Amino acid sequence: MARSVTTQHKTIATVAAWIVALLIFFPILYTIITSFKSEQEAIQGFSIIPSGTFESYAEVQAQSGYFKFFFNSVLLSVGSTILALLVAIPAAWSMAFSPTKRTKDILMWMLSTKMMPAVAVLFPIYLIFRDTGLLDSRIGLMIMLMLINLPIVVWMLYTYFREIPGEILEAARMDGASLWNEIVYVLTPMAVPGIASTMLLNIILAWNEAFWTIRLTTTEAAPLTAFISSFSSPQGLFWAKLSAASTLAIAPILIMGWFSQKQLVRGLTFGAVK
Amino acid sequence: MKLRTLTLGLLTASTLAFAAHAESITIATVNNGDMVRMQKLTEDFTKANPDIQLNWVTLEENVLRERVTTDIATKGGQYDVMTIGTYEVPIWAKQSWLLPLDKLGDDYDAKDIIPAIAGGLSVDGKLYAAPFYGESSFVMYRKDLIEKAGLKMPDTPTWDFIRQAADKMTDRANGVNGVCLRGKAGWGENMAFLTAMSNSFGARWFDENWKPQFDQPEWKNTLQFYVDLMKADGPEGASSNGFNENLALFQQGKCGMWIDATVAASFVSDPKASQVADKVGYALAPDNGLGKRGNWLWAWSLAIPAGTQKADAAQKFVSWATSKHYAELVASKEGWANVPPGTRSSLYANAEYQKAAPFAKMTLDSINAADPTHPTVKPVPYVGVQFVAIPEFQGLGTTVGQLFSAALAGQSSVDDALRQAQDAATAAMTEGGYIK
Repeated sequence: MARSVTTQHKTIATVAAWIVALLIFFPILYTIITSFKSEQEAIQGFSIIPSGTFESYAEVQAQSGYFKFFFNSVLLSVGSTILALLVAIPAAWSMAFSPTKRTKDILMWMLSTKMMPAVAVLFPIYLIFRDTGLLDSRIGLMIMLMLINLPIVVWMLYTYFREIPGEILEAARMDGASLWNEIVYVLTPMAVPGIASTMLLNIILAWNEAFWTIRLTTTEAAPLTAFISSFSSPQGLFWAKLSAASTLAIAPILIMGWFSQKQLVRGLTFGAVK
Repeated sequence: MKLRTLTLGLLTASTLAFAAHAESITIATVNNGDMVRMQKLTEDFTKANPDIQLNWVTLEENVLRERVTTDIATKGGQYDVMTIGTYEVPIWAKQSWLLPLDKLGDDYDAKDIIPAIAGGLSVDGKLYAAPFYGESSFVMYRKDLIEKAGLKMPDTPTWDFIRQAADKMTDRANGVNGVCLRGKAGWGENMAFLTAMSNSFGARWFDENWKPQFDQPEWKNTLQFYVDLMKADGPEGASSNGFNENLALFQQGKCGMWIDATVAASFVSDPKASQVADKVGYALAPDNGLGKRGNWLWAWSLAIPAGTQKADAAQKFVSWATSKHYAELVASKEGWANVPPGTRSSLYANAEYQKAAPFAKMTLDSINAADPTHPTVKPVPYVGVQFVAIPEFQGLGTTVGQLFSAALAGQSSVDDALRQAQDAATAAMTEGGYIK
């Protein structure tokens, strides 16, 4: 009897999980379906069977040239992640292994900057970028993306580093390791899973960032967010083309997320059950 | 040997000199059909001007407006040509943010630009933006449904006729709504329609002393008529419908009438996209016999920011894109029906265009019926038919749009919406220093 109740609960939980997952994924699925419809089919109402045309993809490529934007997205998300790790690893090391009474306050303050509405600092940032010649430059945008994701990166790394026993680092120091060697040869290899999941999450966040990437670029550094935005029309129904552009923009990160989901979930839940 | 080296050196030097001389200009634009077509045809320009390269930045309308405003206000210099509307031109020109277009060339024929459109893009007699395409608004209706209702649409209908026709055409069982109108909140969405409509009811945003007028009976008549009409004959969820949503409804045969931009005529009459392409008729926007019709005036135009370092190249491009030659180029490649409408009088005198675009005469009549300098029955201190050309209008227009959209959705009464609109407008005008 008990076993049948357990099986029943499991079945209900599985079905509920599938329903929730489908509900969450459905908008993305419908975007992909719409991208294989003609414009006329796309406005004709709800239908999950497309005619299977590739015309929207061809037009999107002809109109805007996908690969230039794709290349910028890859460069910006990977570049900003590397920059963020270079800054965040020493910062998190310092906070995890040499904490002061203000460490928690600093961490909270860093996180609080994420709660500030981006538009509030649009003009000062824009003027700084203008005066330093960084408008529409990849390096400028990499720095910007690094800065806006830095609080999360530091927080995640801090959580991982806290799990590493300080005695191991002490032992390395006693063996004569310098600070640099301690971070590079002892701490970093032990925290590789944590650093990897932080890296993956940061790449996703940088890839999806749409406020600054649209506002600080024009042609040279514009990534896929600008590519999607260019297909939104105030007068005219171009839903199939917009869906094709969206599918092309989300596909790479969706595939990357699919293959790395185990690491991502592990990274995000690390330390959560202690 | 020496001669060959010298020749090669000279060739390389001249190539480098040419490359150094070649200018690239950046053009910010929106993703409208006509704009996309222009991008495809730029080879014609670059062939004639090999020393000018074109870079395109296409953005969603609101993002474009925000981007170009930021850039022009901070003199960021990211754009050399900007696509802006009739609302921005007078405000930006007065701020000296735009260059006057005085080098468009001898054969440009600026006098050919439709006077109503040119008036909206000029300040103190100087043209500050060249119209790429212009539009007004008019009634698009289903000829078969109005005939079935036993009525005949006049060329110049009244609002009473529109209500009568909408009542008769509404057929909920078959999914037909008598009338589809904008309800989505926004200064360029429902407020474009309602401001133009209010002009025909004798209403105005402000009196001559900038005092808000939402507490006057003309606004009550406008909003009450609109809400009653939409509740009786409009589509479900109309408070979320903008241009694109109503376009989809009309193309699917779910609207008896649609009062919106004249540019929509080419979409609803396109058999590839519209199920009712061969059944659409056109009439001027309605009036109430007070001397003003409920139609607006808008032009997507090309302007040059004062901060550009490439003004001459930018003017060359603007001249090409808004010229008669460009219209002929589009006609030769894609047919006369696809020529950008509403900018030049000569286009409407062209027999081939009239034949290809059955809505041509009604479009021109609608544009000519709008007067941005005298938009209302009573006098006003502002310019603009469906907007008020002051910087405060974007924010205020959207706030009032949200209040009116809520009244349409039944979340507040017409009286409450108008009272709150009056309060919001009074606060904005006091803050702006227009009134004490």
